[in-house]
Amino acid sequence: MAALAVSAAAGILVGAVAIGPGDVLAALFGSNDVNGTIIRELRLPRVLGAALVGGSLATAGALLQGLLRNPLADPFVTGTSAGATLAAVAAIVLGLAAPLVPLAAFAGALVTVTLVWRLARLGGGTTVLTVLLAGVVLTSFAGAVVTFLLVSSDRLALQLRAVLGWLQGGVSVISWPELGVAAVIVVVGLGFAIGLAHRVDAYAFGEETAATLGVDPDRTTTAVLGATALLSGAAVALAGLVGFVGLVIPHALRFAIGATHRRLVPASFLAGAAALVLADLGSRTLIAPAELPVGAITGLIGAPFFLALLVRSRRIAV
Amino acid sequence: MTTLAATAVTASYGPRVVLRDCSFSMGSGEIVAIVGPNGAGKSTLLRILAGLLRPGAGAVSLDGQDIATLSRAAVARRIAVVPQIFDTLFPFTVREVVGLGRTARLGAFGRASADDVAAVDRAVAELELGPLASRRIDRLSGGERQRAVLAMALAQETDVLLLDEPTVHLDPGHQLATLELLRELGTRRRLAVCAVLHDLNLASAFASRIVVIADGRTVREGTPLEVIERDLVQAVFGDGLEVIARDGHPAVVPRLVSPR
Repeated sequence: MAALAVSAAAGILVGAVAIGPGDVLAALFGSNDVNGTIIRELRLPRVLGAALVGGSLATAGALLQGLLRNPLADPFVTGTSAGATLAAVAAIVLGLAAPLVPLAAFAGALVTVTLVWRLARLGGGTTVLTVLLAGVVLTSFAGAVVTFLLVSSDRLALQLRAVLGWLQGGVSVISWPELGVAAVIVVVGLGFAIGLAHRVDAYAFGEETAATLGVDPDRTTTAVLGATALLSGAAVALAGLVGFVGLVIPHALRFAIGATHRRLVPASFLAGAAALVLADLGSRTLIAPAELPVGAITGLIGAPFFLALLVRSRRIAV
Repeated sequence: MTTLAATAVTASYGPRVVLRDCSFSMGSGEIVAIVGPNGAGKSTLLRILAGLLRPGAGAVSLDGQDIATLSRAAVARRIAVVPQIFDTLFPFTVREVVGLGRTARLGAFGRASADDVAAVDRAVAELELGPLASRRIDRLSGGERQRAVLAMALAQETDVLLLDEPTVHLDPGHQLATLELLRELGTRRRLAVCAVLHDLNLASAFASRIVVIADGRTVREGTPLEVIERDLVQAVFGDGLEVIARDGHPAVVPRLVSPR
């Protein structure tokens, strides 16, 4: 909680245009100069967007890891984000209204995450490698279709740079209406996630044991996949492909606060939000005045972490 | 008094028929062992009794009620199953694992009542897990982890306890200790306990009744003395086995084919 508050404050205070703390406060409460515009129309939505994206991805990661009994799962490595991206790009190509883009992303995420879950069940037993392989395949397939759409669509050719920036994971241009639609989806997804958390615990020894403990496996699995898709879809619609937040945050938290999803799910949201706000802060200050996409920052930190985890989990079981 | 019964159940995996017209019944206070050769359908019968698998024909009833009509949560409040898999990559504490036994009784958002806490305390005490309660399950030995999942099943406070080869990953000393513990708990809590076992000697030392399954059918049931006799053992498990009597308990030993 405190970490989120501090990082959010930092995210609003720091930027390419230096604005003093006093002016920031004045701007937040309605002064109408240039500073006001920068704070209210650029920095505030950007910080809130980063928080929503980071929180959603980390929560979705916690749910997926619990459901698949696999500490190496998250929306990015399972290909769920890629599926959401493909659906979102397709919606733009078809010229659907902007508020429909997050819904398309949700649908794409739902189809992909369900596919991954089915493939993981085929593997039986421990599913670590099956899930990763399914993720690689689905990500490259979705990437190929997205490239095809980008090249062949006249509508997209006009805004190719913007779309490419979004694909790499950026929260730099987020408008208030976009933020509003995404926030509604995230609140619904987070509500489901918190309500389902204690049932996800029951999956610790597999789906069959979850059933003998009193969890209806079909209904619970469907609900968990749905919540995951809502959260990943909203995150992708706002920021495109931001990797590894969903993987690193729940995993690190488990060792700090324990594995119980009742605590892990809300904590993942808060910590994920704080982490991505900080990562975004890094993305616009490291090589200022130029900017890195925030996805590059999370990739730089997350990919080595992921490799270390893979080595560790190979030692236990695959 | 609780009765769990399967009546003329049939099961198949694709074209392979695993159980044909198999019937089985047990009640409170009984300790039943299901034995039989590999692939005879023992584990399938156990999964059908637990309501995890719907029989192709026939039915399973709990106190006269068809369990196909009960929700998963309702079944979980009456029948506990000790899982065969008890490894996890997540750092749950032993107490949290035991608490999973309360899943079917928790309030909204997983809130635990005073009853839930008391049931977990009792199961932890009965399996002497107190000193391990806040240890991580993934850091315990196999025997300790099995005691934790057994406590999880007890915390469900059911009338029926089902186990699929509970001794499979344990050394002989721990095998005996686990079964003795089960017997004691079953008697103390008046449970109907049923375990699939591979080892005929353990079954004969542990069970009040043994059910022999071969080729998807019940071929014999009764006390260890009635069931574990030479003709049956050789017919079901092969000629290479001999039955000897030891302190009133039958014991199965390999027959030495060629004298040294």
